[in-house]
Amino acid sequence: MTTGAAKLRVATTSLAGCFGCHMSLLDIDERLFALLERIEFDRSPLTDIKRCGPCDIGIVEGGICNAENVHVLREFRANCRILVAIGACAVNGGLPAQRNHIDLGLCLQEVYLTEPSVAKGMIPSDPELPLPLDNVHPLQEVVKVDYFIPGCPPSADAIWKFLTDLIEGRTPKLGFGLIQYD
Amino acid sequence: MNTRALETADQPERLRRVVIEPLSRVEGHGKVTLLLDEDDHVRQARLHIVEFRAFEKFIQGRPYWEVPVMVQRLCGICPVSHHLAACKALDQVVGATQLTPTAEKIRRLMHYGQILQSHALHFFHLSSPDLLFGFDSDLSRRNIVGIAARYPEIARQGVLLRKYGQEVIRHTAGKRIHGTGSVPGGVNKSLAREERDALLAGIYQVIAWSRDAVRLVQRLFEENLETYRTFASFPAHTLSLVRADGAMDLYHGGLRARDATGKTLFDHADYDRYWEQISEEVKAWSYMKFPFLCALGPEEGWYRVGPLTRVTRCDFIPTPLADRERREFLAFDEGRAAASTLGFHWARMIEMLHAAEAIKDLLHDADLLGSDLMAGGQRQARGVGVIEAPRGTLIHHYRVDEDDLVVRANLIVSTTHNNQAMNLAIREVARKYLDGRRLTEGLLNHIEVAIRAFDPCLSCATHAMGKMPLAVELLDAEGVQVDRLVRG
Repeated sequence: MTTGAAKLRVATTSLAGCFGCHMSLLDIDERLFALLERIEFDRSPLTDIKRCGPCDIGIVEGGICNAENVHVLREFRANCRILVAIGACAVNGGLPAQRNHIDLGLCLQEVYLTEPSVAKGMIPSDPELPLPLDNVHPLQEVVKVDYFIPGCPPSADAIWKFLTDLIEGRTPKLGFGLIQYD
Repeated sequence: MNTRALETADQPERLRRVVIEPLSRVEGHGKVTLLLDEDDHVRQARLHIVEFRAFEKFIQGRPYWEVPVMVQRLCGICPVSHHLAACKALDQVVGATQLTPTAEKIRRLMHYGQILQSHALHFFHLSSPDLLFGFDSDLSRRNIVGIAARYPEIARQGVLLRKYGQEVIRHTAGKRIHGTGSVPGGVNKSLAREERDALLAGIYQVIAWSRDAVRLVQRLFEENLETYRTFASFPAHTLSLVRADGAMDLYHGGLRARDATGKTLFDHADYDRYWEQISEEVKAWSYMKFPFLCALGPEEGWYRVGPLTRVTRCDFIPTPLADRERREFLAFDEGRAAASTLGFHWARMIEMLHAAEAIKDLLHDADLLGSDLMAGGQRQARGVGVIEAPRGTLIHHYRVDEDDLVVRANLIVSTTHNNQAMNLAIREVARKYLDGRRLTEGLLNHIEVAIRAFDPCLSCATHAMGKMPLAVELLDAEGVQVDRLVRG
């Protein structure tokens, strides 16, 4: 990476994901310090910035499972020049979308009323809890997405290649060995 | 203390709402709401877990051997915990009551790698900015980037400690995040000699840096004693696994519960019937349940799990450097550090040192290179697996039918056990630091500092599912309905 150019501003978030993609980003290890020479973080689980401001790149992990996810995703799309869907959940719903073929009511009963360890069962209901969607959706069903990086999670090397391509002004390309789906 | 104080205000509609959302520098999705009266007195403070997953439901009908790789997707920070807890439960199902020495040691190595990387991540990447810069320091540098600029050597050690733990996981599980190494009945690979040697080459530096990290937290306590000894603190019951001889054992043991004074409530309890010891309460305002000790009931029976509990409630740590640090921690400030919420950080670094020492010991064990990987026996219909995950006691419970399909599953994750304790911590902070004052960003961060001490994994804690009474439509950019939300 060359240095000296103005830093790109990057926002990241995890919606209906497990933070594994964020962990894979941190798996670039010492290369993180080189990356920090070229980017600065806006809203991200790594900072205390709570709302996304104008950014060059938005990286979104996880699919859409509730109303709050929709709100955050739209905030990212409105503020980020380039929006990246990272990981299986953002790209196609991933494992959380396994619930899509199950009736919501049955899930509720299972978890809050019938599990062996539940003493006083009730189903949570409060204005502070965001509305769950009937289905878990991939990002592109709600907003336009510019790049998709598959993998559960994508490897650190794939994320590194993608970001360095983007920072250097190249069209990101992940060749054989960097594209993976497990 | 009154465990219900500040939980529910009278006439909430007449109060002013302040929200901290999203909680940052923690894993997962949560928020804190505060309700204040016209004189800025805090009348209600709640930590809400706002997401749901329904893992327990959708793994029903799946073949049991898929479960260890599915459930680890609950959490990308501690996937190994779910991977191993599921395998321990399913070991029972396949009748592997005793693993081969190679299998158990490979799993332990994987687990200690996980403890090391998760604790390093939590301390250096997430929490250290509060401790090194101050709770109400400048928001723009209160993060790992700020640490890298101001304390580059600390940041570098944090990154490399985490890297080492991740490499241990890669060598034992196949990849750093969401690996496949453990299977019901054993493991699917052991270490090659070159892998073992590669890990051995780095471990002594990792032990030295882990000791430095313990010392760093101790120094922070010494420099900020007045604040640290009481911040967000309160007496709590505790729950953890311990080995048969009372030693800390993060992979296996019996359940030990003690009260705030250290008096034993039960000890070496077999976790196979965990619901006889602990039960869970549901509250309307959080997707995360509230567990409690059955014998004491929901009002009094809440308890705390995790590093602070394990370090203060084990009889000893079975590696010498960490045990020396444990004794120093217990004695410090006449025991007040070990009773304080910020003591979590100190205990966590002691555990990181223990994990590093345990990895070193294992790497010198020839069984790691063995080829006898799988055990089996009499098929069972059910199994319970419990492990001490980085954040505390983790319980997986499955029932499997004759076609090898999962028919029931129950998961009680580490962070859930700390639900009530975290709520009490934020109420304590609200009372002491926020009550009657004009709220600034720095003051509000005090709330998050209290939550971060517990290292909550709010993704793990959101595997459950809920609903609310209302209906909303999700429309795409063209106004076409994509989904519809229905409240009860």
